[in-house]
Amino acid sequence: MKFADFICYEAIRPELAANDKEDVINELVASLIDAGEIKADDKKSIVQAILKREELGSTGIGRGVAVPHTKHPSAEQLTGTVGVSAEGVDFNSLDGGKVQLFFLLVSPPDLPQDHLRALENISRQLRDDMFCRFLRQAKSLDDIQQLLKEADNNQFVS
Amino acid sequence: MMAKQMAETIWSQPATIKCSEGLHARPADQFVRLAKRFQSAIEIELDGKLVDGKSIWSILTLAAAEGSELTICASGDDAEEAVEALIELIESDFVE
Repeated sequence: MKFADFICYEAIRPELAANDKEDVINELVASLIDAGEIKADDKKSIVQAILKREELGSTGIGRGVAVPHTKHPSAEQLTGTVGVSAEGVDFNSLDGGKVQLFFLLVSPPDLPQDHLRALENISRQLRDDMFCRFLRQAKSLDDIQQLLKEADNNQFVS
Repeated sequence: MMAKQMAETIWSQPATIKCSEGLHARPADQFVRLAKRFQSAIEIELDGKLVDGKSIWSILTLAAAEGSELTICASGDDAEEAVEALIELIESDFVE
């Protein structure tokens, strides 16, 4: 699976305003609603579901990356967005570090395979230090789109 | 000399992923936490791909779905104990 298969480009947020966990999740879920990926009426329940999942264990998987996610019937197919916080947000990460790169995913309840494939893609690509660094430094939607496209063309992972 | 060589045990055992959502972020995290309690080097093999069992990043790249047949491999003084504990975690369907 490639980023283009599950990241909604219009929903990407290069400069997140939020500076705590709940606000980041709110901001990114709102971005998916603005892009028409999920229904506005479902915002509250999606945010709550993602926060509940975080209580079971942070999705901050280290290296300044987090993958907050949930299953929700509002998503007709796996959808996701990317948010970048230059300063970083305290996300109770597994390695204790702040998170600069967020990949928020919402998947339909019956497609666990797609969710796994998205996680596989994110973890495989973001293990590359250069790709991570470029994403953290990205200032515009175009920059991030371009980086994701380059990653999809295997320009980072050897 | 002989005793030292004997202590370096290599142990491996197959296991099947039972949870319907596969080896996603939370079970991968649980696996890593348990694996790190052992001194042995731990690896997971799936379809010929071998990854570091102490790295959540590596485990997520397996995208191990329900029904996947993994092999847990450990090498070190506590290899047998490590494999047994990790298999138990997988077989328990990652109940905390």
